[in-house]
Formats: sequence, C-alpha cells, structure tokens
Amino acid sequence: MSQNNSATAESAFDVEFRSVVKHFADVKAVDDVSFGLRQGSFHSFLGPSGCGKTTSLRLIAGFEQPDSGAVEIAGQSVVGVPAHKRPVNMVFQHYALFPHMDVAANVGYGLRQRKPRPDDAEIGKRVAEALELVRLPQLARRRIWELSGGQQQRVALARALINRPTVLLLDEPLAALDRKLRREMQIELQNLQREVGITFVLVTHDQEEALSMSDTIGIMRDGKIVQFGTPEELYDAPVNRYVADFVGESNFFSGAVASCDERGAVITTASGLTLAAPLSRLGGRLQPGSTGTIAVRPEVIGLWNKAAAPQGLDVARPARLLNRIYLGDHSEFQVEAEGLGSVLVRLPKHSTAGQALEPGDEVVLGWERSKALALADI
Amino acid sequence: MARARKWDWTAILLMSPSFAIFLALLVLPIIVVLVLSFGERAEAGGYEAAFTLAQYANLPARWAAFRNTLSLAPTGTILCLLAAYPLAYFLAVKASPRSKLLLLILVIVPFWTSFLIRTYAWIFILGGKGIPALLDWVGIPDVRLINTPFAVLLGIVYAYLPLMVFPIFVSLEKLDKRLLEASEDLGASPWATFRQVTLPLSAPGVATGCMLVFILLMGEYLIPALLGGGKVFFIGNALVDLFLQSRNWPFGSAVAVSLVAIMLVTVTLYLRLTLNRRGFRDQSMV
Repeated sequence: MSQNNSATAESAFDVEFRSVVKHFADVKAVDDVSFGLRQGSFHSFLGPSGCGKTTSLRLIAGFEQPDSGAVEIAGQSVVGVPAHKRPVNMVFQHYALFPHMDVAANVGYGLRQRKPRPDDAEIGKRVAEALELVRLPQLARRRIWELSGGQQQRVALARALINRPTVLLLDEPLAALDRKLRREMQIELQNLQREVGITFVLVTHDQEEALSMSDTIGIMRDGKIVQFGTPEELYDAPVNRYVADFVGESNFFSGAVASCDERGAVITTASGLTLAAPLSRLGGRLQPGSTGTIAVRPEVIGLWNKAAAPQGLDVARPARLLNRIYLGDHSEFQVEAEGLGSVLVRLPKHSTAGQALEPGDEVVLGWERSKALALADI
Repeated sequence: MARARKWDWTAILLMSPSFAIFLALLVLPIIVVLVLSFGERAEAGGYEAAFTLAQYANLPARWAAFRNTLSLAPTGTILCLLAAYPLAYFLAVKASPRSKLLLLILVIVPFWTSFLIRTYAWIFILGGKGIPALLDWVGIPDVRLINTPFAVLLGIVYAYLPLMVFPIFVSLEKLDKRLLEASEDLGASPWATFRQVTLPLSAPGVATGCMLVFILLMGEYLIPALLGGGKVFFIGNALVDLFLQSRNWPFGSAVAVSLVAIMLVTVTLYLRLTLNRRGFRDQSMV
C-alpha cells in the first residue's frame, strides 16, 4: 500500500520512507513501508502494539537504521546518520526527563549540546520562551519529581521543541495521563502544532486520539501500512475490515461473497442471510467466493418497537433487546438479531424510538443499504 | 522514623544480641586500646599503667607506614574505580541480558577460592620465575615486580575490584536507558551523554564503591604483607609488628587510635563532600 508520489513533489515532504524494511532477529518490524509526510502536517501512526509504528518512529529519530530502503528528512537522506545529528526531536512515552536536573536545565539541554554552544543569557531566554510556549513559565526551578504528569508532559514538549526541529516525534505522549487531561492535551498539542508549524508525527494505539488531532493517519498492521489517509477517508472509506474495525466502531457481518460489481457486493452469511452493500470508495472489488464483510456503523442502524417499525427498509431484521447502556448524550443498545447475531446500535438521547425500549423487548432493527459498506475480510 | 516514644520491648529484644556483640567486640576494645595508648611499655613488653602522651609523640617513628597507607589506599581506590567503571558500564548497559548473568558470575567466581591462595598465586606470577623471567627472555632484564608499590597496587585492584564493580553496576542498571536516548535525541554525542547523564546518575554507586574500598584498604594487612614483602607496608602491618614482635602495646595502641582518627576525619569529609553536592543527594534519596 503505497500512497506516495515522491517523483513529482520531493521537497514538499518533511519525512519520506521509500520501501523501508527493518528486521529484529527474524521478525519483520517494518515491512516495505513507503509514505511521505507533508511539511507542517500532523501525522499519526495508529495500530495495535507490535504493528511497527514505534519502530517507524525510531527509524525517523535515528535510534534504528533501516535494513533496506530510503529514509529522508526534509529531502535529505538520513540513512546512517546517528540520532544526535538529525534535525528531529522526540517526546518519549514516559517523558524520559533527566531526574538530576531541574526543569530549566532539562528544557535547555538541547541548546547546550549545540556547537558552538549559545551563551548562558541566550539559553536562559530561549528556555523562558519554550516554557512560555507550554504555559509553565513559573516552574523553571522545580525538580522533575515535583511535577504532575501533565506538567512533565509539557516540560518534555518544551525540551523537544527548543531546538526547533524539522520534525517532532511523539511516542504515545498522552498514554500516562487521565482521560480529562488527555482531552485537554490533545487540543493543546494541536494548537501548538499550528503555532510552531513543525511537522508532528504521533504514534498511538488510541484511535480517538489519532482521529481528533491528525491531518493524516497511517494504520499499521504486522509492519505494513494498511491504509494511509485523512481521518475522514479512514472513517468513511476504509480499505478493509481491519481499518473499519480500528477506526470507530462497526458491526461486521461476514460471509461468502456471492457477487460483486462496481456498485456493490452481495454476501451470504453463514446463517443463510443475503446482505448487500456498496463497496468502500477506496477498498476495491471483492472476489466472488472469498470471504467478505458488510460493515455497519452502530449509529447507522435504526431500532423500533416491533409494532412501530416503518415499512420499506432496505434491511430489516426481527430482534430482541438484550441491554441498554445509558451514555449521557446517547445510548447504546445490545441487540440479538435473527441471522445476524449480536448487534450494537447507537441512538441519540432524544430519539423517540430509543426511549420507549426496555431490555427483553421484541424489536426490529434496520438500516439503509447505501450506508453500509462491503469490505474485504482481512 | 521517630514516632515510637515509649519502650518497644520487641524492638529491644530483637536488637539486644547485635547490641551486645557491638558493645563487646567493638566499643570495649576501642576503649581498651584508647587506655593502652596513654600507657607505657613494660620492661618485658606489654603494658604498664601510666598517663603519658609519649606514645603519640613517638608516632613519626612509624611515618613510613602512615605514608604508604595514606598514599596507596587512595591510589588503590582510584585505580579500582578506573578499572571497575568500564566493566560495570559494560555489564549494565552494553551486555545482552543473557551474557550479563554469566559475566556477573565470572566477577564473583574468584571469591570461591581462598583469598590467601589467590594472593600467593600473584607472588609466583610477579616473582623471579614469573613475569620478570618472561621479560628477561624477550630482552628486558632486571625487572623487579614483587615487593614493590606496583605489586601492592596490583593486588589491591585485583582483590577489591568486585567490591567496586557491584555498587556501580547496580546504579547503572537502575539508570533508565531511555534517558540515554533522550540525550542523544537532543543532540548530545555519546561522550557528551556519558558525561552529562550516565556519570552523574551513577554517582551514588561510585561514591558507595569508593567508600567501601577505601575504608577496607586503610586497614589492609594481607596484600602488603604478601606482595609488598618487608618493603611496602601499611599501618596494619606496623600494628602486627608492634603488638606481636616488639610487644610495644602502648605504642601500637597509639598507632591504632591515630588510624581510627584519620579514618573518621577522611570519611566525614568525604561524606560531606559527596552528600552536599546538589543533584547527587536528590538522586540518592529517590
């Protein structure tokens, strides 16, 4: 899966991989990966642990060297260049702040490595600016362990940004923070990225984090990029079931592909049900006889009392309501549908249909065929 | 820590054996030695009650022992440190987890044989039929190794290396390796990273190792006796001589008290110096 067109726009990329391969013993951590990240964009690598996203990041940072392929930063090949000579800085997963230095010394560390070394007044000024940038100006003389998790996070950011790198790498930077703080930092990171205009590369296993912050996302599995695109593309036009499963939530009904043309595919489930759906815009055709999946987002499915079900639905199945989970602005319903098995349905708070339903009710669920997607089952 | 104000009988009971041993084998002997040091030598040797500072006035007679101890103990400690640090660094940072265990065992293995036997082995290696014979054969005649300060220092480094390696190893092993990557990422060369991150963060281990080795070296007896012959002797050797050969107990006691006094002063100064350094204290408290 290669989305780059490096031949035409080489200088527009801050980071570029061409057919990069990296092994650890006999495990292919990164397997023939190619992509280009536009200057000043916010990019995320998303995937489960062991998918190669962290290795990709470490290849950019210079902590790993590729076995083959090209790694370029700002149009310059960096293969063989050690980490300390790359115009790239990193925010580490657990921040990796120096415990024997105070906040200011941590933030100024990068400047003190410069040759020639800037004078102390210059360093002091830049450190103050960097702390201002992450809104921690009053903590310069604090010790690292006196800081909260969110403050440590900001110090790590300031430390990584002070050298004004071409690319800022973030390795699961928000994983150690609680949910509320994580939301705040997501917004702050996005604002910061726009303010400094540096290319950000984020590694995360949290799809919400990736979706909310990124301009582009690369979804990885087993060392390969499965899909590379904007959050909208990934959500609306996943290339296969794996991507649809990773980005947002979906109900999957898989079976044998009965037929497929440019408009859509028909799938026969194991229970004998025939379901049809349009193809994903970026997914490509399905091979008749192979296994395919119909993916239906929970918010696309409607739920009605058996008596009140509207006529003329594309897909309608009798079902029984198993559980209802109240989530504030919306509710989730777990439904056991005939021939489909367990189905997740999400209805907004003020949906008239949803309010009257109680667990144990006989219901009808249904959706418009055009809002489902037929995907390859890989 | 200072919360238990009333008598805690369990604690007293638990502490009493060690307290008794401490009292009988350390405090009382020191008092005895202190008293002896103000006495006079009896006609046939031994002790005769008196109160005089004559023994202390006589200390310069044993100047050589003090000079050797006070020069070779710090030198030996520094040499130990220089030899141990790279080894500990390799073990903790560079060695793979599997080879690490094997190498650690190799560091300990010499402890399984008697120290006396191992030092005797050095006598043969450094003696006339050992390395000097080999050097003579390749055309470098008349090299004397045994009974020199060099032989004593070699013996010291050989014997005390593990004692220095382990504290440094532990502090380097505790060191978060991501800090090294962070430093490199921020533009520091490997040497700059070592200087600014690894070394300061392993300082507690270095301080502990130096302290252990130095204190033991100040009282060293066996190595100078065996590898230094009669020529390179420490205060420990002088004490044996004074107590057992010339039976001058008061003078021996004065020498012993001086050694304890010197140790107290140097160790206190050393602790002040290392603990007062900001950063090191913070680190060791974490």
